[in-house]
Amino acid sequence: MKFKKSLALMLALALPMAAEAHRYWVLPAATVLSGDDPWVTVDAAVSNDIFYFNHYPLKAHYLSVVQPDGSTGEMQNLSEGKHRTTFDINLTEQGTYKVLMDSSGLHASWETADGERKRWPGRGEKPEPGDFEKKVPQDAKNLKVGYSSTKLETFITAGNPTDTVLALSNKGLEMKSSVHPNDLFTGEPVTLTFFMDGEAIEGVKVVIIPEGMRYRDSQEEIALTTDEAGKVKVDWPQAGRYWLEAEYEDDKAEAPATTRSGKYIATLEVLPL
Amino acid sequence: MTLLKRVIPAALLGLCGPLAAADVSVSLEIPEMNVAEYHRPYIAIWVQNKDSKAVTNGAVWYQIDDDGEGEKWLKDMRLWWRRSGRSLEMPIDGVTGATRKPGAYEVDLTHVAEQLEPGEYQLYVEASREVGGRELLNVDFNWPVEKSQTLTAQGETELGKLTVSFNP
Repeated sequence: MKFKKSLALMLALALPMAAEAHRYWVLPAATVLSGDDPWVTVDAAVSNDIFYFNHYPLKAHYLSVVQPDGSTGEMQNLSEGKHRTTFDINLTEQGTYKVLMDSSGLHASWETADGERKRWPGRGEKPEPGDFEKKVPQDAKNLKVGYSSTKLETFITAGNPTDTVLALSNKGLEMKSSVHPNDLFTGEPVTLTFFMDGEAIEGVKVVIIPEGMRYRDSQEEIALTTDEAGKVKVDWPQAGRYWLEAEYEDDKAEAPATTRSGKYIATLEVLPL
Repeated sequence: MTLLKRVIPAALLGLCGPLAAADVSVSLEIPEMNVAEYHRPYIAIWVQNKDSKAVTNGAVWYQIDDDGEGEKWLKDMRLWWRRSGRSLEMPIDGVTGATRKPGAYEVDLTHVAEQLEPGEYQLYVEASREVGGRELLNVDFNWPVEKSQTLTAQGETELGKLTVSFNP
């Protein structure tokens, strides 16, 4: 558990602190499968071109597989390449699986007496428990402390879709779809509700980008903002896979943080009717 | 007026020969974008002969860095890459340069004009931006020009107004 926590902290560092916010994504070869013993190959990458592997692999130790009963599944035939991580999941149970990346942690910035800007954790630094108290001067000038969380989910279903893996953790930014995420079809608009620390929240910025970027001249992004009930409505323009990223920030943070921010990422597949 | 215009260039040609200071210049706009994540666009400006298909490069603006990582995205200017870029060794003296921030730019293409045989041409401007889009503009012209002329094209996404000025 301790090991997992430190990984999460490290990831919290690695994700939002990157100089350029790159896009993180997990792409299953299929999301709807049949049969008693199907297999699915999953790719995971960091790249701005959706869904083309051209930058960096999303390392497997950030990811986990959640089985339909909520237990942890296995990544098989795992391989990390130059531009992507690849693994297989053997869907031995019927129902909905999830590939998950979940991280959160504190971060801080301040000014020294000489006016130099400082940050914690530093680039590539892996924070240990107690580091915040040790490494951040609590009386520093312009001290800003934030708590950020990043959650990435991708769903895969063998047989009938189930809901266990869809349950909210009530931590960070999360999404609930009015239709099961493995039951999306063109011509069937869905309502997506976004929750921050378990509460439906207004003002979440949502961007949805259809696959196939290489074959067009624009991102063709759908940009939405949640209403007072935390909802956006999405009418899928075409069948295919979509990358969704939602971001939210406010000042309703728990001490010592003064801001809380959440990022939620999902890959959704919409089938043609 | 007309007579004067016609006479003077002819006289100049007679005196100085075909290497007189005939020139082409391009003014282009890189629009401001109201986006969360902005990267400066890669831009290529080139001239292609309609018959021979020969390409003469005017300018290529891309991210020039020590490890050559910026060259990875040159192919996103996909028409330029096909017509010319993929056969070139970057950087190119007098052609390649760093990416530019949003604004209006004048690009002198005298070095291109000097290389052009008489004929029909197209001038292209292609822009591609990471986490953004790609846009291609072009204007047709005949070379050499007998009198000064100006051609324009209007970009809609990655480029603003394009103005190309030709002087005999």
